[in-house]
Amino acid sequence: MMKIDNLLKNMSEWLKGSGPHSNIVISSRIRSARNLADVPFTQWANKKQRDESRKMIKSALESSPFLKKSNYLDMDGLSDIDKQFLVERHLMSREHASTPDSKALLFDDKEIVSIMVNEEDHIRMQVMQSGFNLTEAWRIANEIDNDLSARLNFAYSEKIGYLTACPTNAGTGVRASMMLHLPALMLTNQANKLLQTISKLGLTARGFYGEGTDVQGNFFQVSNQVTLGRTEEEIIDNIERVISQIIAREEAARKTLLMRSKEKLVDRIWRSYGTLRSAHIITSNETIELLSDIRLGIDMDIIKDITTAGINDLFVLTQPAHLQKMEKKSLSASERDLKRAELIRKRLSK
Amino acid sequence: MKCDICAKNDATVHLTEIVDNKMTKLHLCEECAKKKGAEMEEHFGLSDLLAGLADFGTDMKPEKETIVKCPKCGMTYQDFKKRGRLGCAECYTAFEEHLMPLMKRIHGSSEHFGKSPIKTSRVRPKMASPKRGKVGAKPAKKPDKMDELKARLHRAIKFEEFEEAAKLRDMIRKLEKMK
Repeated sequence: MMKIDNLLKNMSEWLKGSGPHSNIVISSRIRSARNLADVPFTQWANKKQRDESRKMIKSALESSPFLKKSNYLDMDGLSDIDKQFLVERHLMSREHASTPDSKALLFDDKEIVSIMVNEEDHIRMQVMQSGFNLTEAWRIANEIDNDLSARLNFAYSEKIGYLTACPTNAGTGVRASMMLHLPALMLTNQANKLLQTISKLGLTARGFYGEGTDVQGNFFQVSNQVTLGRTEEEIIDNIERVISQIIAREEAARKTLLMRSKEKLVDRIWRSYGTLRSAHIITSNETIELLSDIRLGIDMDIIKDITTAGINDLFVLTQPAHLQKMEKKSLSASERDLKRAELIRKRLSK
Repeated sequence: MKCDICAKNDATVHLTEIVDNKMTKLHLCEECAKKKGAEMEEHFGLSDLLAGLADFGTDMKPEKETIVKCPKCGMTYQDFKKRGRLGCAECYTAFEEHLMPLMKRIHGSSEHFGKSPIKTSRVRPKMASPKRGKVGAKPAKKPDKMDELKARLHRAIKFEEFEEAAKLRDMIRKLEKMK
């Protein structure tokens, strides 16, 4: 499994901490759902039909000029750690890992594009960009989608657009989302109200790993709820307008914190830094919460000797499957807590 | 700290869930967290509430519903209600009568305005629509841009999407000026 291990050496492009508003917006993501017209949707298809759709899609992916430098993996043969590793890198969903039968994954070396084959829909493509940059993500996704649509027979109706296994995705099949870091809104108790407001604007907020996952380290994934009745550009425009306002609120809350309780904030950030630099046992939950404080400290110019990219890298590397990949063996939860603390101490004392 | 569910083991997993757009904190032991995790996957997300939504407004005619079956993949509307996922592209035509109101409720619209594939499907499901006349008839032209904008403004106000409504209002004003 050389291809998977190679990922460890590089950082995903979208984690570089670059792009507009990268102090608050970690990444922008476009996801599109497509199905083959002539094969039943994955969950209703039998094994023979699923293998058939995988074969058809694989050959289309391999002949697309846009996906030349990509790695294709059948899910069936992968170890549990490899699958979890790919989930931790946000290259695929947890569902894709839990039922690997007749499924596949394609991703490029920079981890910008990834395509899940035979997830809930036959094709689930995601394009990631660093910072506030949905427009570029959509440009790439649209180009690849057009190319694939000339090679495969997509399920599409003039009236309701792309037909998906779940009617909540039908129409454009497009979900646009951004991963936001909102520590100041959390500290000033404004996050709950914000979540309620965005639901009125046709958007929804989720945890760190998307649907069905919990909120960790003040990270929120905000995406559109509605996929039908609007063009892709309108969907993107709507989410960009709302997120611009969330960014303004978070920035205002950061200013308020500096004005009203600077000492408390500075104390909190350096304490978190101190804990990370000296702990010998640390869970992944605590790590994420403390790293969130460090990120805020860097954004607010309180901590100056670490870069956002360095912190982003730690968010990824301290996850369970990543630790086990680095150690090249499986580790129990308590062994991981030791190794995690060791890795963080090493990185932060440089 | 003890687990919030069993109150016996030490809590090692700390979850923050978003329920009804409100955050709640849960402290669980590993065992209960696993159970909870499975539960969350089953119940989380709009798509999984579909079964409930799909039921809405169809109570009046349960007999008719039982006989609706997709001729291509064999899925019945009952199957869909249970699973929340359709069987194949053809299901959209087979269950149209039930699905269209559902799509309207989810998206506030049942009409696609986005892009289309380069190679269109050979077996494209023919969507019958009262607005469009007979099944298989040539689709009518898309409604006038102004009508479309007004309909969307109406919808946006109804769903309290004020941001969207303001945008649409401006677009309508612009279009009116151009006329």
